[in-house]
Amino acid sequence: MATVIELPLEAYKGPVDPDWCPGCGDFGVLRSLQTAAGKCGIQPHDLLVVSGIGCSSNLPGFIKAYGIHSLHGRSVPVATGAHLANTDMKTVITGGDGDGYGIGVGHFIHAMRRNLDVTYIVMDNQIYGLTTGQASPTTTRGHKTKSTPKGNAEIPLNPLALAITAGASFVARGFSGEPAQLQSLMQQAMQHKGFAIIDVFSPCVTYNKVNTYPWFKERVYKLEDENWDPSDPMESLKKSFEWGDKIPLGVLYKTEQVTYEDTEPVLQRGALVKQPIGVNAATMKQFVDEMC
Amino acid sequence: MHEVTVGIGGAAGDGLDKSGDTLAKTAGRLGLHVYAYNSYQSIIRGGHIWLRVRIGQDKVYSHGDKLDVCVALNQDTLERHAGEVNAGGCITFNADKLKCDPSLVPADVQVLGVPMAQVTAEVAKEHGAIQPIMQNTVMMGVVMAVTEIDFSEAVEVVRETFAHKGDKIINLNLGLLKAGFDWAKANSKPVSKSWTFSRKRRPFCTGNEVIAIAAAAAGCKFYSAYPMTPASTILHWMANHAEEAGVCVKQAEDELAVVNMAIGAALGGVRSMCGTAGGGFALMTEAIGMAAIMEVPVVIVEVQRGGPSTGLPTKTEQADLNQVYGASQGEFPRLIVHPFDIADCFATTVEAFHLADKYQLPALIMSDLMLSEHPETVEPEVFRHDVEIDRGKRVTEWPAGTTFKRFTLATEDGVSPRTIPGTPNTIFTSGSDEHDERGILISDMFTNTAIRRKMMEKRMRKVEFMLKELTPPKLEGPADAELTLVGWGSTYGVIREVAALLTAEGIKTNYVIGKYLAPFHVKEWTELLGKCKKKISVEANFTSQFARHIKAETGVSMDAFVNKYDGEPLEPNWTIDRIKEIIAGKKVDLSVSEEDAKEIAYHYLRTHFAEKQRPAKAVLDSKNGKGEAIWRVELIERATGKKSGEMTVGADTGATYSYEPVLEPVKA
Repeated sequence: MATVIELPLEAYKGPVDPDWCPGCGDFGVLRSLQTAAGKCGIQPHDLLVVSGIGCSSNLPGFIKAYGIHSLHGRSVPVATGAHLANTDMKTVITGGDGDGYGIGVGHFIHAMRRNLDVTYIVMDNQIYGLTTGQASPTTTRGHKTKSTPKGNAEIPLNPLALAITAGASFVARGFSGEPAQLQSLMQQAMQHKGFAIIDVFSPCVTYNKVNTYPWFKERVYKLEDENWDPSDPMESLKKSFEWGDKIPLGVLYKTEQVTYEDTEPVLQRGALVKQPIGVNAATMKQFVDEMC
Repeated sequence: MHEVTVGIGGAAGDGLDKSGDTLAKTAGRLGLHVYAYNSYQSIIRGGHIWLRVRIGQDKVYSHGDKLDVCVALNQDTLERHAGEVNAGGCITFNADKLKCDPSLVPADVQVLGVPMAQVTAEVAKEHGAIQPIMQNTVMMGVVMAVTEIDFSEAVEVVRETFAHKGDKIINLNLGLLKAGFDWAKANSKPVSKSWTFSRKRRPFCTGNEVIAIAAAAAGCKFYSAYPMTPASTILHWMANHAEEAGVCVKQAEDELAVVNMAIGAALGGVRSMCGTAGGGFALMTEAIGMAAIMEVPVVIVEVQRGGPSTGLPTKTEQADLNQVYGASQGEFPRLIVHPFDIADCFATTVEAFHLADKYQLPALIMSDLMLSEHPETVEPEVFRHDVEIDRGKRVTEWPAGTTFKRFTLATEDGVSPRTIPGTPNTIFTSGSDEHDERGILISDMFTNTAIRRKMMEKRMRKVEFMLKELTPPKLEGPADAELTLVGWGSTYGVIREVAALLTAEGIKTNYVIGKYLAPFHVKEWTELLGKCKKKISVEANFTSQFARHIKAETGVSMDAFVNKYDGEPLEPNWTIDRIKEIIAGKKVDLSVSEEDAKEIAYHYLRTHFAEKQRPAKAVLDSKNGKGEAIWRVELIERATGKKSGEMTVGADTGATYSYEPVLEPVKA
């Protein structure tokens, strides 16, 4: 294995400082990502961070890396295209629960089916923050928000269960109040070959007065402290439904699977962007002859 | 002009597309020009399919609306199309299975009922039983004979068509081809003069195939799509040639993913394209503005079909100009171009990639079912492998410690040099929000009117510079014409033919075809139309969208409008009839024709009686108490030819008023 030259967090300091609300969970996520990228020794120009729209989707502007701040819900397909164009880059997708599990949930499921070799970090605050506090796909039942004044009627989506059943090969949960573990999870995710999803509890201090730092602190525990074996999908699926008084953090499920990139013939010739372009005379003749 | 048109009709699953291919490929290899159009419906088995193959000594520009040979693979085809055959032509069919009522046959048309069992007896003795679908090969032998097509060339094509099935099947089919050919030579007279065969091989291909090949030649490395008629065959070609063409082909979960993947790949640094039909494009629109504000070169193909909504999935229409022109919120530069024929699909696609890269914007190629799916022979020289590939202003190296401004305002033509992710020292974020020169969002600021203005002006400057590179519109035909036909895109071939036919009749007619829709040659169009006398818009839509576009851009109105919005393509004689009505000041007859009424009956019988009956004839009945004239359509049993019932269809509304079976007489 090649020697990894670690980079300091400062190497990833972005051109502007984040303008998230003071105390927002996303600060911890950004810091963990910068630390994890440094531990993996990824040069900032070899890192591509792709997001959609939302408070957390502003992250690419706050980190020194190539960034795409795309459309609401479309971070995953934009990242898919960018990643397939240049598989030599390390592609990390960042965004929120509304962006990824609401408007973008279709793409999320299909990217996992493909087992694309990218890392997806969802800053899950169980609320729509940028639009000032409406119910999101992970808002708990009964939670009163601006759009659900009598309490949310819908059951929250379980992103981890969804990920396991959809074919993600690395499924984890972090908490921005547990930065050391979060940083380690991100490092593992980026080093994992295949689709890695980390659902991160990243509390919204402005619009979610239910799922707060203290609320999580009281409930979360670390799977690694229980020597959790993440290799069995059915056991992991069962575990993914654990919620309430005890909520697990850590790597819930992990498996080695063939990636999409492994099976795409054209990518076996190296990164698409570095390949020759156009067709030669013999190939064009073949194309024309087929139609004669 | 020396030409012949062969129509082949049958049900889906009858294998008539293979037969049409055999004929077209053979003619194409002999150096003849071919143009084909397949009318079909959205079902996989049954229904009606009508394929027309027009063959000319010189180039043919449309499938026309004449018929010299009618090949009927089922009874429907005889009923529907026998009457369309020109004097001197022929009708041919399997006489063991089908009967051609003499009343269906126009004057001076040969009826060639092939005694199938007898004709194939020798072949069957040698090779075993003949499957019904193989009888198509016999019919092709007949067609080759009556159209004076070189038999030995047909043998080669059939040999190649069945090559993958082994010698037994090849020899069987060659035997059948010869049996049909010999029978026709002995029992018919040719419907065509003999041809001069240059034997220049011309590929026989569709607009979709040409767009795909051109994209590969232009260096496209990524193609994404979601299946949707009539764009799917671009995906099929790409998927089947991905490795040779070096294209990463991705079928995505929906069109939202399709366009966002294509934009992502373009941001990643490769030439990238996606394709869809009108409905899929409607889903894509938000991302088109994103490509524009991020200044990403991406090529998007929008193939129109009959709308609105799911509309007519297998039929053609030119009704998406408003959609494509209006796609995505906000104001931004983009290219919208519609190739005017299949050969032009190549040049247009190459140009779209070039302009997308040069001006860093979305390039939208419009097409329609007609252009995307009809095959025609194209000069092989069109398919250039050595197209110029210029990726535009790019930065590949940048000194450390200095700031790279991805969206620098210091640019005359509005294009700032771009860089691809992975390049050291040029890190930036592409934002869908408004941003400054470095790519940093200004959307979170209280206000930044200066940068907003400058960025808008920078992007919009691309329009005037790009326009200078586009070929202006050109009037074709006599300069002193009394009529000018104005169209856009795929109707070029028909309009060209109509103008020539009218001019030959003494009505001097010229025409102009719009290809570049945005940016638009306002000055050139205004001048050009200013010189014309009577201007007639000819479009396959209801609201004359291109004429409206011209008016919005130039203030020039058309004098009259020809519109076809029934799903079937414009045809020369139909168009000429409409133009003559306009000249004569007659109102367009919009009532339901006898043919229309019979089609309504065909569909009713297919869905209610498993095609056991068919419409025989229709009589107009004016006094009937329905508040409108009605067509009384007589129905007969296919098996016996006995009258089986009657349907009534409104001649004004097309409403199905009644279906009455003929009841068996009660036995005493």
